[in-house]
Amino acid sequence: MHNKTITELAQSLRAKEFSSVELTQHFLNRVKNHADLNAYITVTEELALQAAQAADARIATGNAELLTGIPMAHKDIFCTKDVKTTCGSKMLDNFIAPYNATVVEQLNAVGAVNLGKLNMDEFAMGSSNETSFYGAVKNPWNKNAVAGGSSGGSAAAVAAQLVVCATGTDTGGSIRQPAAFCGITGIKPTYGRVSRYGMIAYASSLDQGGSMARSAEDCALLLQAIAGFDAKDSTSVDAPVPDYCADLNKPLTGLKIGLPKEFFTADLNADMAATLEIAINEYKKLGAEVKEVSMPNLKYAIPAYYVIASAECSSNLSRFDGVRFGYRCENPADLNDLYTRSRGEAFGKEVKRRILMGTYALSAGYYDAYYLKAQQVRRLISDDFKNALNEVDVIFSPVTPTPAFNIGEKIANPIEMYLADIYTIAINLAGLPAMSIPAGFINGLPVGLQVIGNYFDEARLLNVAHAYQNVTDFHKQSPSL
Amino acid sequence: MNTQWEVVIGLEIQTQLATKTKIFSGAATAYGAEPNTQACVISLGMPGVLPVLNEDAVRKAVIFGMAIEAEIAPYSVFARKNYFYPDLPKGYQISQFELPIVGKGFLDIEVEGETKRIGITRAHLEEDAGKSLHENFHGSTGIDLNRAGTPLLEIVSEPDMRSAKEAVAYMRKLHELVRYLGICDGNMQEGSFRCDANVSVRPKGQEEFGTRAEIKNINSFKFVEKAINHEVERQIEVIENGGKVVQETRLYDSDKNETRSMRSKEEANDYRYFPDPDLLPVFVSDELKAELKAALPELPEAKKLRFKTDYKLNDESATILTSSRDMADFFENVVKISGCESAICANWITGELSAALNRADLEITASPISAERFAGLVARIADDTISGKIGKQVFEFLWNGSESADEIIETQGLKQITDTGAIEAIIDTILAANEKQAEQYRGGNEKMFGFFVGQVMKAMQGKGNPAEINKILKAKLA
Repeated sequence: MHNKTITELAQSLRAKEFSSVELTQHFLNRVKNHADLNAYITVTEELALQAAQAADARIATGNAELLTGIPMAHKDIFCTKDVKTTCGSKMLDNFIAPYNATVVEQLNAVGAVNLGKLNMDEFAMGSSNETSFYGAVKNPWNKNAVAGGSSGGSAAAVAAQLVVCATGTDTGGSIRQPAAFCGITGIKPTYGRVSRYGMIAYASSLDQGGSMARSAEDCALLLQAIAGFDAKDSTSVDAPVPDYCADLNKPLTGLKIGLPKEFFTADLNADMAATLEIAINEYKKLGAEVKEVSMPNLKYAIPAYYVIASAECSSNLSRFDGVRFGYRCENPADLNDLYTRSRGEAFGKEVKRRILMGTYALSAGYYDAYYLKAQQVRRLISDDFKNALNEVDVIFSPVTPTPAFNIGEKIANPIEMYLADIYTIAINLAGLPAMSIPAGFINGLPVGLQVIGNYFDEARLLNVAHAYQNVTDFHKQSPSL
Repeated sequence: MNTQWEVVIGLEIQTQLATKTKIFSGAATAYGAEPNTQACVISLGMPGVLPVLNEDAVRKAVIFGMAIEAEIAPYSVFARKNYFYPDLPKGYQISQFELPIVGKGFLDIEVEGETKRIGITRAHLEEDAGKSLHENFHGSTGIDLNRAGTPLLEIVSEPDMRSAKEAVAYMRKLHELVRYLGICDGNMQEGSFRCDANVSVRPKGQEEFGTRAEIKNINSFKFVEKAINHEVERQIEVIENGGKVVQETRLYDSDKNETRSMRSKEEANDYRYFPDPDLLPVFVSDELKAELKAALPELPEAKKLRFKTDYKLNDESATILTSSRDMADFFENVVKISGCESAICANWITGELSAALNRADLEITASPISAERFAGLVARIADDTISGKIGKQVFEFLWNGSESADEIIETQGLKQITDTGAIEAIIDTILAANEKQAEQYRGGNEKMFGFFVGQVMKAMQGKGNPAEINKILKAKLA
């Protein structure tokens, strides 16, 4: 059952080959059997079976959607009413939200079956899932390797088929990088396409929810359910949502692919370069044209990102003060003690590091030199992308410099960890949509191809990915667990 | 030391905008609810929640900007003011910093007959914080977040005021204006209109400003004057004793009538302002401006001028009658309904009614006498059905009951007697009974005339028409 796509599962459910309850139980069993991957923080077995029952009833009435009865799970950054939402932090280990995130509401409305909450880097700050209070997620392809982050639980759960598809969020690569490391497909939509309401904020101007699944088609189906304007999120965009499946099979003849020369340099890992070249050749065979583009300001993306993201997070995380919810230290002596110990004891190292960096960057006398400068750089990077996308339809790049590294390998060296996000970060600064699609293996570990498109051009990205998946089978391969 | 000191004052006034819901959420803003019953997930700053701007708050800010002839920013930005405090749920207050919605404007005030223009630097939108409750928590602090997220318009003046009196005049004028505009209920006890004052002193003639202190927590007109005067004395004393005024925030204690230091400049928070990424810039279109401009109510100045010309009122009456929109409406309704001369309407409203309202500490809107019933009274006085003196009696009945003036006059038998025959008969009786006094009058003691008027009135239980009585008495005593 777990090898089927969403479309296939929906057909089986309608043909009564098996019920959603049976399907859900099957996945719940897999979750239990592969608990060592540490992909889930919370498994909501009872609620899932109830939802599956309701889905079966709905399918019987003939009034079901494609996602009705399909087991999925949420990154633990999306608030779920009456179910713990931890954001991977000790700070929220006891937090039960009194409301649902819009994305959660949307998936509940179509009758998707939520199996639980997926592991992630603490407050989505990390690239390896090692900053989670609940421990690192293991890469299903090699349990010594990281699953990537911050949506590491989502990627590992999809790759290990502990769920059909999952939600994720991406602030600097948090959907695409773990998708690449785990050999699955992930899409980070245009900023503003998916509501951020109920998605615990890391860096508000960069955060964007998206979908993670084994294929572009499944990603499209999940995205269809969560995309759209939300009056509760002022930054969500009030533009019509196209049918993401309508163009999946459009031929790629004449598609113009841009390759940024700043990304395809001699520094690029040789195995990675070779793997991507094969993928690019596949696209040429499909009728696409390839041309070099230049984006000279990409080199400033990492510093600009860490100033902006840290600045926003330093403010966003101020609400975790031990006063109204979340962790509170024992026997605080006074107000200051309550603040400093609650935050000191409950936030992890990486979160503290970024709060400190951000607080510094926003301080009087430094604001112009850091925050304002970073915003100017951000504009330049956006302009680079706009110019390039005037010449080409999509831009290709690696997702990561290397395949998944080992657990413990980089956690002590934050700079090295930050540099691993070099290919994904600029896209968030520009607010563009981008995908990661499985493009091969290096030493038995999957690697991804990044496809970047124009604003609100998700349908084209999904088309570009789907066409490739029609002629390759990297996305169909599963790790032996 | 005989330096002459000049006082320099600028005020920051926070007006609570009278919107039904909060500035960034749908939670109600009504005052006085049980703690935290008006605190939705957004007011509580729950993880994941996002602000959505209340359009009504923007409209009210724009209305204010137009009333002070300020430039309305076509594009303004919300920023986060970051600081930790238990009643500040998100750890930051959403405010406006570099780009406020209302730019430079002005307000003309009058002090001791002189008109003075006070510059307004800016007015910006922001959310209010909650309240910390220190009583009944046995050493702990309670937090009520009902107020958190209530829309405020912070109005910042230029340092243009030169005395506490000017500051009070400015504050009163602004108070009157925001109520006129219907953007703020002006209730100072409930904190709808609050004031911080920046105060400094400098030797007369010196151009450079002295070091200022900001006095917080002055929430009545009386306290503003006292707090400023106290602070001025304190600063002069510091300087004259060879000290230096330090830039700091001081809290006014109305019980002790003193200000005391809260925090110095060094201890001041670095608020780390930056544009709030959760909110889009606010664009005010020309269409919206045109719409609001067309709907702008008549402002106090214009109304006062119109009252003086149209109703031929003197300055004092016009000032009282335009002190609030409700008062002005009441007056105009009374004139319209009674069809009487504006002067008599004005006299009775500024006299009898205002006095009664003051005694009962009531606003005109809470007057037990409606404009309609009041017009009934004025009409009967104007057409001589009752005398002014009887009018006061009728007023008491109106105030304490629900009958109309006509009903009261009827049931109480207060109708004025103008029947000359009836008056003559009574005068004859009185003259007959008081021949000696009549002789004295005729002998040149004019004071005796008053005696007879009094006697006649007494006999007529106050209902005699005074003009008729005078006329007949004069004739009979001639």
